[in-house]
Amino acid sequence: MTAVNASLHLIQAQWLNLARTPSYTLPTLLFPIMFYGFFGLLMIPGQALWLLCTFATFGVMGAALFSFGVGIATERAQGWLMLLRASPAPVGAVIAGKAFGALLFALIIAVVMSTMAAVFGGVRLATGQWLALAAVLVLGSLPFCLMGLALGLWLKPNAAPAVLNLIYLPLGFLSGLWIPTMQFPKFLQGIAEWLPPYHLAALALDVTGAKPADWAPSLIHLAVFTFAFAILTALGWKRLDGTRG
Amino acid sequence: MIPPVAELTGVSHRYADVQALDEVDLRLEAGQVTALLGPNGAGKSTLIHLLLGLKPVQSGTIRLFGEQAPNARTCRSRIGTMLQASGVQDNLTVAELLALFGSFYPNPVDRDDLIEEAGLVGLENRRFGHLSGGQQQRALFALAAVGQPDWLILDEPTTGLDPAARRRLWQAVQVRRDAGASILLCTHYMDEAQRLADHVVVMNHGQVMHQGTPDEIRRRVPQDRIRVRSSLDEAAVRALPAVQHAERIEGGWALLSSNGADSVRALLVADPDASRLEVIGADLETAFLSLTETEPTSIKDAA
Repeated sequence: MTAVNASLHLIQAQWLNLARTPSYTLPTLLFPIMFYGFFGLLMIPGQALWLLCTFATFGVMGAALFSFGVGIATERAQGWLMLLRASPAPVGAVIAGKAFGALLFALIIAVVMSTMAAVFGGVRLATGQWLALAAVLVLGSLPFCLMGLALGLWLKPNAAPAVLNLIYLPLGFLSGLWIPTMQFPKFLQGIAEWLPPYHLAALALDVTGAKPADWAPSLIHLAVFTFAFAILTALGWKRLDGTRG
Repeated sequence: MIPPVAELTGVSHRYADVQALDEVDLRLEAGQVTALLGPNGAGKSTLIHLLLGLKPVQSGTIRLFGEQAPNARTCRSRIGTMLQASGVQDNLTVAELLALFGSFYPNPVDRDDLIEEAGLVGLENRRFGHLSGGQQQRALFALAAVGQPDWLILDEPTTGLDPAARRRLWQAVQVRRDAGASILLCTHYMDEAQRLADHVVVMNHGQVMHQGTPDEIRRRVPQDRIRVRSSLDEAAVRALPAVQHAERIEGGWALLSSNGADSVRALLVADPDASRLEVIGADLETAFLSLTETEPTSIKDAA
């Protein structure tokens, strides 16, 4: 009972914190939305649906990576994480608090981009397809939450934003989130199939009918990726015990 | 009989290059305020982190509340903590933070009582980042106390506060003590230990050097501080009997002596014009500095 109560309070605290830090929240949300507006709607007409799926994947991945990666690295340095670890709050509740912050971001990105696609891009989908897209994007951000968490536990706070960008941008590009992989040279296409954002985008493209995909290989890819970062997270969490701070 | 809140037996802890704790045996009795004193690097923080289960015990055993496992959730929910670098999310309000930390404990206190007790009346809806230093420390104390813990662990709770703010925090600590809580107080301020502690533990080099009541610790060091206006030069002052340390102050000297009476007698012979003579017996700070063999940074400020 305490665990549930603690989780709910930690989620609420995270949401309040995000709502009261517009200097962080707005750029994080606006960056992918602006990207979609420029490239998906203005520069490349006629591809509004395809690019909705890939840019929204790009957006939710970024929100998850940065809110976890930079957030945890900073909280670790400032001592907030230690105060929580010393408190009776369960570890799961502490992580859930941050995860729901990232999930809320993902939901906002999905809703805003979908609205832009419908209003300015002429995208028409069945209600079920809109909902399925939002569900794929929100749930699909979880593996990237874990990736951000693992990186946040290992990176120094001042290094975290730079390192995350160095991972985020190439990962998005190589996964065909900006330019479809069909337009890549052959060897790059091969790489894309090993990258998790490619598989999340494939699911998004499938539920909207933009490009049919086989779910099993993509789900397996995402599951293995999630598992790998779960292990890195557990190791990183254990490492906190050994540091002198 | 109430078991001690913590019982450490042969606890050692090593970082790559430093032996932070070296075979520490320590009992922290229930219902007492124990002050943990020691210079930087003495091992105090490591000790606190081990007690809180923030680090694994490398060797030795720690029993909390008579139980074996310091990491168990049941133990954590009996402990409230105030750490040095809190990093509290400063855009949450006092009330929100209290509700958050209260949710971690099975029986949180009545919020209004706690706000009153911690001197936070009228600040409930202010964001943590907008509080003054003293108000922030009191808010952090309230977060430590919100779960009605049996044991409060306070790591340098008044560092950086002005005297009035320190006194207000001391009051809050005393209220908890009077309510029956055990308190571990890690501090650099001897007057704080003198004022609040029932039991003082002096650590250095990862070991417990001395422990006892503040008076016992004080008496362990026969030492007097002498301040005097005098024209004697340094060689002459250092040649006085029992003088251990001499430092120039305006128009004279500040001295530490192992026998104030002997030093003063000789001083007055050597310089019959000496004036404004003050002799003060050892306080806890002098005793502490002497027991940890640290050079006093300045005895000018003494007394």
